[in-house]
Amino acid sequence: MIYDVLIAGGGPAGLAAGIYASRAKLKTIILDKGRPGGQAATTMEMENYPGSFQEVTGPGLMKQFAEHAAHFGTDVQRGLVEKVDLDGPVKRLTTKDGRVFEARSVILAPGAEPRTLNIKGEGRLRGKGVSYCATCDADFFEDLDVVVVGNGDAAVEEAMYLTRFANEVTLIVIHDEGVLDCNKTSAERAMANPKIKWEWQSMLEEIIGDELVEKVILKDVKTGALREKETNGVFFFIGTVPKTEFLRDVLTLDEQGYILTNEMMETNIPGVYAAGDARAKYLRQVITAASDGAVAAVAAEKYLDETESFRHQVLEASERVLLTFWAPQSQESIEALAMLDRALYGEGGVSLAKLDSYRNKKTAALYLVKRIPTVLLFEDGRVLGRLEGGFTEADIKILLQQ
Amino acid sequence: MVEVNKENYETEVLQCEGVVFVDFWSPKCEPCMALMPDVEAFAARNEGRAKFCSLDTTNNRRLAIAQKVMGQPTFVFYKDGEKAFVFDKDTIDMDKVQAKLDELAG
Repeated sequence: MIYDVLIAGGGPAGLAAGIYASRAKLKTIILDKGRPGGQAATTMEMENYPGSFQEVTGPGLMKQFAEHAAHFGTDVQRGLVEKVDLDGPVKRLTTKDGRVFEARSVILAPGAEPRTLNIKGEGRLRGKGVSYCATCDADFFEDLDVVVVGNGDAAVEEAMYLTRFANEVTLIVIHDEGVLDCNKTSAERAMANPKIKWEWQSMLEEIIGDELVEKVILKDVKTGALREKETNGVFFFIGTVPKTEFLRDVLTLDEQGYILTNEMMETNIPGVYAAGDARAKYLRQVITAASDGAVAAVAAEKYLDETESFRHQVLEASERVLLTFWAPQSQESIEALAMLDRALYGEGGVSLAKLDSYRNKKTAALYLVKRIPTVLLFEDGRVLGRLEGGFTEADIKILLQQ
Repeated sequence: MVEVNKENYETEVLQCEGVVFVDFWSPKCEPCMALMPDVEAFAARNEGRAKFCSLDTTNNRRLAIAQKVMGQPTFVFYKDGEKAFVFDKDTIDMDKVQAKLDELAG
């Protein structure tokens, strides 16, 4: 089976794309490595998604996204896309367990994962006090002390969440006292929270512990002085890295590995789109991920419309085709259509196809259409001749004699 | 899979001869829940080769910490009651978990 739209990744970007694509009656599948929801499903606090400021959690909102997509007919399957063959009209994607999926358009929404600092002790003590997921591990730290590395939105908001469990939560902040990268609402709340302590102008140098985390070494960024701090846990929220390794040699990525797209979420390969945190962009939030997904799905729908109808009506037509690029705002092109109708009246073996060049920019660009109207004569998918601009009925007759 | 907890961990896991696999998880841990079908398939596929246990850490926090587990998901392999290998969230890869079982169970 060939899908119309295959979406790799079931976070908010992929799920929103699924909703839009399946609601447009496209045969749509989402492949996700585990359960849909992405990173948003691992964050409890979700106060800035419009309409969801009360009693809404990340996992709760993502469950609704997934149900919404399924409601309109999106097929959600487990599978981690590992290999892609994206050239040509039918794209082939292979999952880690060796299954092959085919689709006419692809939306890549693989997301991102927490960045690691790679300091001494960090790798060895993972799952033993070092964590990147507060909702996963907060329970273990009931009545214990933890440190949080970072000071952006995620760090400060997850630190607040951790205070519900831990005895004391200390934020390690690289900036001067009082300076935080997070939003002001979260900053004010954290400052007012008695369970939150601060280590300003400090960096984490090392994590120490035999079998579990016992203490950390902090470094003063101004003086370079080292000091120890006893703690039971270290939570890292220092940004994310895109999960685009499998696309490295296939698509245009930026230096950090984010997928480059234009405003329509188009990558450098026709019919292939990117959405969500793995895309190079300014703001990575659920709302912008969902927005990317919607744009990508609508762009994919247009692409499919354009390529499908073009294939049927022009490239695979049984007779010769006069393809006319026109535009509703060009009076000259509208008159040309009427003239073509007259010229073809009584002519056998040739049909007229009309393409609104404003709505079908890609096809127009593909055939180097610079003027409206332009007429191309096709036979068996190949261009036999062309007319541009102010042609007459006689010019058309001559063209048809080719 | 055998559900283990603070009451039966000693007998089901620590005093058990042969290979025991324990999945440390909790319903709040989204990656754990995402992984669950793979863990169940792994246990079913290898039935009889080892004992496969599931530990919901929600009410067994102290037990987990005593086993030096403070992050989820975590898989611990025991052999004859001794801890033999630990997979944490970042090292879990079901192919590698299978290879480890093959190595331990022979």
